[in-house]
Parts: sequence; C-alpha cells; structure tokens
Amino acid sequence: MRIELQRRPASSGLFSLVSPLLALALTLIFGAIMFQMLGKDPGHALYSFFVEPLLEVWSLHELAIKAGPLILIAVGLSVCYRSNNWNIGAEGQFTIGAITGSILPILVPQWHSVMVLPLMLLMGAAGGALFAAIPALLKTRFNTNEILVSLMLVYIAQLFLDWLVRGPWRDPKGFNFPQSISFAPEAVLPPLLDSGRAHASILFALLAAVLVWFMMRFMLKGFEVTVLGRSERAGRFAGFSARRMVWFSMMLSGAFAGLAGISEVSGSIGHLQPSISPGYGFTAIIVAFLGRLNPVGAIASGFVLALTYLGGEAAQLSIGVSDKVTRVFQGLLLFFVLSCDTLILYRVRIIFGSGRAREAKS
Amino acid sequence: MSDARGPEAGSLLKVRSLTKYFGTFAACNGIDLSIGPGEIHALLGENGAGKSTLVKMLFGVLQPSEGRIFWDGRPVSIASPGEARTLGIGMVFQHFSLFEALTVAENIALSLDPKIPLARIATEAESLSKAYGLPLDPYAHVADLSVGERQRIEIVRALLQNPKLIILDEPTSVLTPQEADKLFETLFKLKAEGRSVLYISHRLEEVQRICDRATVLRHGKVTGDCDPRQETPASLARMMVGSDVAGVQRDATTDLGPALVEVRALSVAARTPFAVPLRDIALDVRAGEVLAIAGVAGNGQGELFDALSGEYPVGDDEAIRLCGKAVGRTGINGRRLLGAGFVPEERHGHAAVSDMTLSDNLLLSRSQSDRGSFLAGGLLSVIRHDAIRATARRICAAMDVRKSGEDPAAGSLSGGNLQKFIIGRELDRKPAVLVVNQPTWGVDAGAASRIRQALIDLARAGSAVIVISQDLDEIFEVATNIAVISEGRLSKPYPAGDLTLERIGLLMGGIHDSTAHSGTNAGGAHAH
Repeated sequence: MRIELQRRPASSGLFSLVSPLLALALTLIFGAIMFQMLGKDPGHALYSFFVEPLLEVWSLHELAIKAGPLILIAVGLSVCYRSNNWNIGAEGQFTIGAITGSILPILVPQWHSVMVLPLMLLMGAAGGALFAAIPALLKTRFNTNEILVSLMLVYIAQLFLDWLVRGPWRDPKGFNFPQSISFAPEAVLPPLLDSGRAHASILFALLAAVLVWFMMRFMLKGFEVTVLGRSERAGRFAGFSARRMVWFSMMLSGAFAGLAGISEVSGSIGHLQPSISPGYGFTAIIVAFLGRLNPVGAIASGFVLALTYLGGEAAQLSIGVSDKVTRVFQGLLLFFVLSCDTLILYRVRIIFGSGRAREAKS
Repeated sequence: MSDARGPEAGSLLKVRSLTKYFGTFAACNGIDLSIGPGEIHALLGENGAGKSTLVKMLFGVLQPSEGRIFWDGRPVSIASPGEARTLGIGMVFQHFSLFEALTVAENIALSLDPKIPLARIATEAESLSKAYGLPLDPYAHVADLSVGERQRIEIVRALLQNPKLIILDEPTSVLTPQEADKLFETLFKLKAEGRSVLYISHRLEEVQRICDRATVLRHGKVTGDCDPRQETPASLARMMVGSDVAGVQRDATTDLGPALVEVRALSVAARTPFAVPLRDIALDVRAGEVLAIAGVAGNGQGELFDALSGEYPVGDDEAIRLCGKAVGRTGINGRRLLGAGFVPEERHGHAAVSDMTLSDNLLLSRSQSDRGSFLAGGLLSVIRHDAIRATARRICAAMDVRKSGEDPAAGSLSGGNLQKFIIGRELDRKPAVLVVNQPTWGVDAGAASRIRQALIDLARAGSAVIVISQDLDEIFEVATNIAVISEGRLSKPYPAGDLTLERIGLLMGGIHDSTAHSGTNAGGAHAH
C-alpha cells in the first residue's frame, strides 16, 4: 500500500474553504488528546478554553483588544507574503512603532492638543515602516535573506525598548519600576463603548483589511504584488520591479505593525514597559496563513487566534494548566493549516498493491 | 529465468492498450506499440498528444492506470526509473538533468552505483564516448560545454548501463545540423549492435531519414503505425494533426520601409556566471521586414532578447533605437508605449504566469500600453476586468486558442494554445515592432504554422519583426533576412534566399563572418 499525492489540474476551490476549517478541527482533536494526557477532562478543558471567553461582555472586549493588532499585522504580512517577501520581524516593527509613537507623550508631555493622538499614530506607523526598511535595504543592496534579518531585528528592537524604559525614558517618579511616565489623556486611544476597554485599534484593523482587500482584488498594485510573488521574471516582463516591491511590501507591513504597536501602547497599556506584546507579531504570521493570505480572511482568523490568548488565560484559572498551552494551540494550528493546504493543490490517493504488480512477479 | 522469448514476442518491447488517466482526462488512451530489436522507432505527435506520458510510463516515472507492458515477451511492471534501467531501458531527456558546476564524470557518477570509483567511470565514459563517435572530456565542467556536448553526456550516461532500448526525447531540437548528423551516426551504430531506439520528434524529415517504423499519436490515441519511408511529410503531418497543415504563404517581394529597429555597438556584460556576454551587436530591421536570428541555444539569444525588450536596459541610450527614438535606457513599458511588442521564449513564468487566468495574463504585458482601456480611477489604477476579458476573448477567437472554460488558468492550456494566446496578445495591439524569441518552441505543427503565418502577415502590414529561433525550417519559412548569433556575436544579415542550410550551420557552429565570407559566398555580391 502506498499513499500518493496527485497534483490537481487546478487548485480546488472547495478545499481552499474547507482546509482552514479542517485545520481547526484537527487542532481541537489534538488539543483534546493533550488535555486527556494532562489528566484533565478534555470536554471541560476545551469548553473553558474556547467557549467561556465568549460568554461575557468584558471578555468580548478583551477579544477585540487582542484581535486588533493580530489582524492589523496579519493584513500587512499577507501582502508581504503574497509578494514572496518573508517579513518575520513584525514583532520588532510593532515594538519600534510603539517606541516612535510614544516620543510625543513621553518627551513633550506638556503639549496638550487634539493633534497629539493622530501624530502619535502616524509616527508609530512611520517607525515600523522605517524599521522594516532595514531588511528591505539589505535585501535589495546585498541580497541578504530578509527572513533572518527581520527576525534578528526583533531582538534588537526588544532590547532597545528594554534599555529605554530602564534608562533614559524611565519615569523619575515611578519608584524605579522599568516603565515610562503614563500617557496624558489626550494621548490615549479612548474606549469605543462604555461597556469595556476595547479601543480603536480593532477599527484600524478592520479598515486596513477592507482597504488592502480592495487593493489586492481590484487595483493594479495588487496585481503587481501577485505577479511578482508568483514569478519575478514574469513581473519584470510586465514592467514591474521586484526591487521596489521588496520596499513596498516590507514597509507596508512594517507600517501596519508599527500602527498596531502604538495603538496597543496608547489604548491598552498607557505607558511604555519592557514587555508590550504577548508575541502578536509572531502570532500574526499564523493569522495571515489561516486567513489564506487574504486580508478579509485575516479578520476571521485574527479572532480565532485572539481566542487562543484569552483561552490560555482562562484555562490557567479554571483548569489550572500553564498558559504555555496557548503556544501549543497556536503551533498546532499553524502546523495543521500548512499541511491541510496540501489538499488544495493535491489529491490524496491510497493505492493498495496493484494486481498488475503481483501478476508480473509470479 | 531464461531470456527465451515466446513465439508471439518477436519484439523487445510491446505495449498493450496502455492507458493513463490524470483525473478524468486520459493522457494516453489504449496505446499499442511494439518495438523490435535493432529498430529505430519514431514516436510522432503534437504537443499534448501523450508522447511524454507514454515515455514516462515506459521509464517508470509514471504508473499506467490500465494496460500492460511486455519486455522480451514477459509482462513487467516498471515501478521506478531504477527498475527500467535494470530491465535495460535507458533514457535521454529533452531537458538535461546535469549539474553545471560538476564535471562530466561526476555527473555520470551521480546516476550510477556510488561504490564505483570516479576514475573508472571517467575512463569507461571516455572509451565509450569514443567508440560511439561522441567525443567527451570526462574532466570538463558541464558549464563550459555546448548543448550538443551536454546531450552527449546524457547519451553516454544511458549507454554505460548497457541498455537494450534507448529512449531519446526530441534530441535534435537543440543541435546544429552538423551535430544532428553526428547523432544519427551514433544511432545507426547502436542499431547495428542490435540495440533499439525509441526516437521522439516533431521533425518529419528526420524521422523519415533515420527511423524504421513510426507510431503516431494524437489526443492520446495511436493514429498511425507506419514505415515513415513509405510516407510523405504531408501524410505524416496529417496523421499527427488530423488535417492538412496549412503551408505558410508570403509574397515574393515586399517593399521595405524605414528602419524601425536600429541597434549599434550593443555590448552587454554577462549578468551571471553562466550568461553569455553580448559583443558589439549591430542590426537594422525595416518596416515590412522579418529578421530571423538563428543560432544554437545558449549563444546569447536570451541576453539579446532582454536587451531589446528593455527587461534589462543597457547603459548606452543610443545603442538601441526603436521607431527612431533612442531607448537603450528605457524600460520595457516605455518601449511598449513606442509601439513595440515582445514575446519571450519561456511561456511559464516569463511570458505568462501559469496559475493566473488568461485575462490576467493579458493585463501582464499590456497594463501600461492599454492603460486607457484596461485601467480606471486615475492613480488608483482600478482594473477593468470586463474590458480585459472582452479583449482576451477577441484574442482567443483571432488566434483560435482552444481552452476549457471562459477564462481558464494559463497553465491549463497546451503549449501550442498558450503560445498562440501569448503571440495574439501582442498582435492584437498591432505593434510597429515585434521581437519574438523561439516563437514555436515545443509547439505542435498546426499552431506553429498559424503563428508563423501571423508573423509574416504582421510584417506585410508594415511592422518590423525580429524572430530569434533555433528552428532552421522556421527561419527559412518566415525570414526576409537572416543573421546568425554565436557566442554573443551577431553575423551580418543575409537575404534569406542567399543562404543554404549548410552555410547557416557553419555560422551557427561559431565560424564567424570574417572566415565564412571567403569560403562560402553564395550571394556573389562581393567583388573580389
């Protein structure tokens, strides 16, 4: 018996929809097995992980807070990945965006104006874009690998933030805690509703998703991204520049990550501190792939991955497992998403020993 | 296990109703084939006729869905190329599988038992290559070898296994006429030793010249089993395409207009270690003229195309003039806006993106030249899919592009149909200048004749056409003037009527103008 992967004549439309759902189902099944092995009741564990967080209003607000940056970053990454540029450093661009966006509220706290918040967001996006321009520059000039460069820059960004909040930007009245001064009210993204903490970042994310979807679907720029991602040579024939696409896609995704960073700091945290992200920039990679590198798909998958964060927190309290379970779920999900994608391009055939072969040997 | 053959099996290889399904599509449908010992057997067919599928089943790359293969009268199942080699089947692929950075001997060693020392392989390969008239230096690096020499490596590699049957896939498509003659001598030697050859080709003349029997495939079925020497090229072509292939027509005399393409002192350094530098190229193409550039693959054709198309602009603006404007530093879309159209050699991933639709592939080359009708919304550049789809429909109708569905992915079309679309995409614009690299490479006879006719018609309508091709029959069919490219140098152009096949072969073989003039002066235009 052997298993054969047979290439489909065209990619299967059915499986491009079914494959993410199948991946989700497999993740749940393996999650249940894991809980079973940990000695917990799988049904109850999965319930408290994936359902309980959806039952309360404050928890839904938290879901929106977590989904905002995930979606925003994933939208940028989906453009990047479609163009065959592999920005793995969104976490670093998120961090730098948070830092550059915080320049105004931290260094000029006495400036009170309605312009503060828009400028902060703009500077955050610019910071993220410029930080993502480093791997773009190195790739276009020296042909370096953007995966490695952007990933390594994550640690540089995080250590830079760490140094800032312990050193020059530390709040002098902060009892030596490693954090900056708290942002003034006009530098804080206000909550959307009175019922909870959710702030504008989720709106930015939804808006970005729709705009980028429009670009990818209807505009020549989106066509350029797709062509260059499939074949650089065909792109050159069309008169598109792969080099400029490196800059465009890296800086676009960097800008979105930076905007997510400053939105998170301004809306959820209110000051800078050494750790400002539970790994949004990395989790957004899973969001982008689970959303089929489609900006609108990223909305749905962003909420799913946000739920794994909340579920992890909830599971710590209610069933007493480590919040590392969140990481396990995210890892399982990415693994199954990528493997289920095989079904879109290939048909699986199981072939039992053929009669012809036996006959020939006799 | 004796090798006594059954009485009914006078043949070395026999195939009975062999069928291969891809999904529901039968690439091969009930194929019968029988090859006798010491026979050179041709397998003829258009692209997509099922030749490569059949051969892949014989060589164990694919497994048949139905049907049987008999080897020496015994039923066999060939599960892998390794098993095929053990049976005594050798294969020389059309696209070579060689590592350029390794030597000849090292490349051969890769396909053999790893325990055999390299030195022994080298001596064996050398003696074998001498014995069959395929001289090879086992210590040469593949990167330094010509295409013909690379093919020899593949043949020697197959011969080292001492096969009873050798399968050659389109072996002469990359060779000069002289190299092809050498190859035929080798094939006759193999035949004299009692080995069989399965020879896959489009080229009817060759098949008639060297093959004892021919099996013709069309749409996955056998449409003819004949002695090619008893047939005419026309009758063979009829079996292949199912209808008479239209001969290409052109006027005897066409008045030429002003020069639309002028290239002067074009030199381009090699971009990669394996690229060919262009050296001091000069050419003129006038309105109404088809300039054909002949040459063996890998002599700078791709590099010349890149420079002419502007995919890689050159430093000297004056080196290339299109329609009177200096464009050396202008990119491809700037040149398209001047009225030029370009068709590169590689269909998949260069001229077209395989998994994008035909209409998207139309936009690929015309997003700027047809900006007004294909894009809306000013700077937003919103794509007008309806207008593009209508144009794609028009092109498909004009070029008779056969496809499944309204707007299928480019990769789902057969090579010939995709090429018709790609050429039609440019013709639809009525370009003043058209540069085509290998217009009918791997394209079936019907589509090829249609494409050549379209190129001639375009020139007749007053455009300047440059056709870069390795196919000499094609060149003589379409060309007004012929120049030959060799090692990055371009010969001066000769009127097509003044050149013979032998003369071109010499030029292609690297004998440049200065030496060629004195030897063969067919035109007689030079005063001595």
